[in-house]
Amino acid sequence: MSLTDLLGGLLVLLGMPFFFLGTLGLLRFPDAYTRLHALAKTDNVGLGLVCLGLALYSGSWLTGLKLLLIWLLMLVASAAGAGLIGRTAMARGMKPWGL
Amino acid sequence: MTEVFAVLVLLLLLNIVVGLARVLRGPSAADRMLASEMFSTSAVAILLLLAFILDSPPLLDVALVLALLAALAVVTFVGRAWSDLQSRQSESARGMESRESD
Amino acid sequence: MGWLVLVFDGLLAAALIWLAWQATHTPGLFRSVISFIIFGLLMALAWVRLDAPDIALAEAAIGAGATGALLLSALGRLVATHEEGAPWQERRDLYFWIPAGGALLGLLTLAAWMLPSPGLGEQVQDALPESGVQNPVTAVLLNFRALDTLLEIGVLLLAAIAIWSLGRMPLPSAPAVRSPALPALGRLLFPMFVLVSAYLLWRGSHAPGGAFPAGAVMGAGGILTILAGAQPWLTGSVHGPWRMLLSLGFAAMLALALGVMALGQPFFAYPPGLAGLIVLALELAAGLSIAMSLVALYLAGQPPDHWEGEARGE
Repeated sequence: MSLTDLLGGLLVLLGMPFFFLGTLGLLRFPDAYTRLHALAKTDNVGLGLVCLGLALYSGSWLTGLKLLLIWLLMLVASAAGAGLIGRTAMARGMKPWGL
Repeated sequence: MTEVFAVLVLLLLLNIVVGLARVLRGPSAADRMLASEMFSTSAVAILLLLAFILDSPPLLDVALVLALLAALAVVTFVGRAWSDLQSRQSESARGMESRESD
Repeated sequence: MGWLVLVFDGLLAAALIWLAWQATHTPGLFRSVISFIIFGLLMALAWVRLDAPDIALAEAAIGAGATGALLLSALGRLVATHEEGAPWQERRDLYFWIPAGGALLGLLTLAAWMLPSPGLGEQVQDALPESGVQNPVTAVLLNFRALDTLLEIGVLLLAAIAIWSLGRMPLPSAPAVRSPALPALGRLLFPMFVLVSAYLLWRGSHAPGGAFPAGAVMGAGGILTILAGAQPWLTGSVHGPWRMLLSLGFAAMLALALGVMALGQPFFAYPPGLAGLIVLALELAAGLSIAMSLVALYLAGQPPDHWEGEARGE
C-alpha cells in the first residue's frame, strides 16, 4: 500500500464523522433553521473529504477531476437549497427557535 | 483498504436509515425536504465508495447524475409545492403579504 | 466481508419496503411524495447492488429528476382543493391487501423460478460485434430490440400529446419569495446539464449511458430552467419549430425501419457497417425527444403561443 493510498483512506475516514454529526444535528436540533445549519455544512465537508480521499486513492487525474466536479455540484445544490428553504420559511412566517 | 470502505458504506446507509426518523417526525414540510437532501449527499458518498469497492467506474457517473439533479427537488419544493402547501392554515395571511411585497 | 454485504442488502431492502409502505399509506400527501423521492434514491443503490449500472443511471436520472419535480408540482396544485386524507387507514383494507400482496409475491416468485436459466445474455454477447456498439444494453435497446424502444418513445409522445390536449398550461403561482439564488442556479447549472447529457449519450455506445439517461438529465435541466423563471416557448411560430423535437425520435426510428424495408431488408435491419453510425444517430434523436417530452409532460398543459407582458424571473 503506497503512501497516497494510505493518505486517501485516512481522508475518507476523516470525512465520516461529519456525516454522522450532520445526522445528529438533523435529529436533535430544535427547529428547521438550526437543522438547515447543521446539514448544509457538515455533509458537504464530509463529502469533500471523501472526494479528496478517493481522488488521492484513485491516483488518476481524470477521476480526481470528476470527483471534484461531483463535490462542486453538491455544494452548489446544497448552498442554493439551504438559502431557498431558509428564505421561504422566513417569508412564510416560521418562527426561529428561541425568538 | 476496500474492506474499510465497505464498512463505511454500511455506516453511511445506516446514517440514512437513522435519518428517516426525521421524515417520520417532521414536523414541517421543510424538515422532511431537508432530510431528503441530506440523503442524496449520503447516497452520492455511498456510490463513490462503491465505485472503488466494486472497481466499477460507471458508478461515478451515477453519482454525477445524482449530484447534478440534487438541486431540482428542493427548487421544485420551494417554487411550486411549498408556496401553496398548508397556505390556508395559520400563516396564510402573512404568506400572501410577503408574496406581494418581495 | 460476507456478513457486511448481507447486512447492507438487508438494511437496504428493509428501508425500501418501509419507504414503499410510507409512500402509499401515510396520511399526509407531502410525506408520501418525500418517501417516494427517497425510495427512488435507495432504488438506484439497489440497482447498483444488482449489478445493473445502466438501470441505476436511469433510476437516478428519472427518480431524482423528473419524477420528484412532477410529484411536488402536482402536490402544489392539489392541496388548494384537497384535504389531507387518510385513504388506507381502515383495518378492513388489510383483509384485502395482505392476501393480495401474498398472492402477488407468490406469483412473482413462481415467475422468477420459471425463467429460462441461462437467459439471453450469451446470445447478445455473441451477436455484439454485429450491433455496432460495445455496450450490450445499448445494443439491445437500439438494435436487437429497437421495436420496443420505438414503442416506448411512442408512449412518451402520446402522453405528451394527451396532456397538452387536456387544456392550457396552468400558470404557476409565484413562489413565496424571490431569491436571487434561483435564476443564478439555473444559469450556472444549465451548461452542466448539457455537458453531462452529451457525455452520457456518447458513453452509451461502450459503457452504461445512452439515450434514456441522457434524455432524462436534459429534460431535468429543462425543468430546472423553467423553475428558475424561463418561459417554455415550445409552441408558437416566433421561436421556431421546437416542438417538432417531440416527435423527432419516433419519426426518425420509424423512417429508418420503413426505409430499410423499402430496400428489401427486414423491418429494423441495419445495413452492416453502418450499424454503429445509425445507432448513434437514433440515440441522439431519441435523447432529444425524451428530453423534450419530459419537459412537455412537466408543463401539465399546452403552453401559450405568445408570452407578451411576461417577464418573470428577471
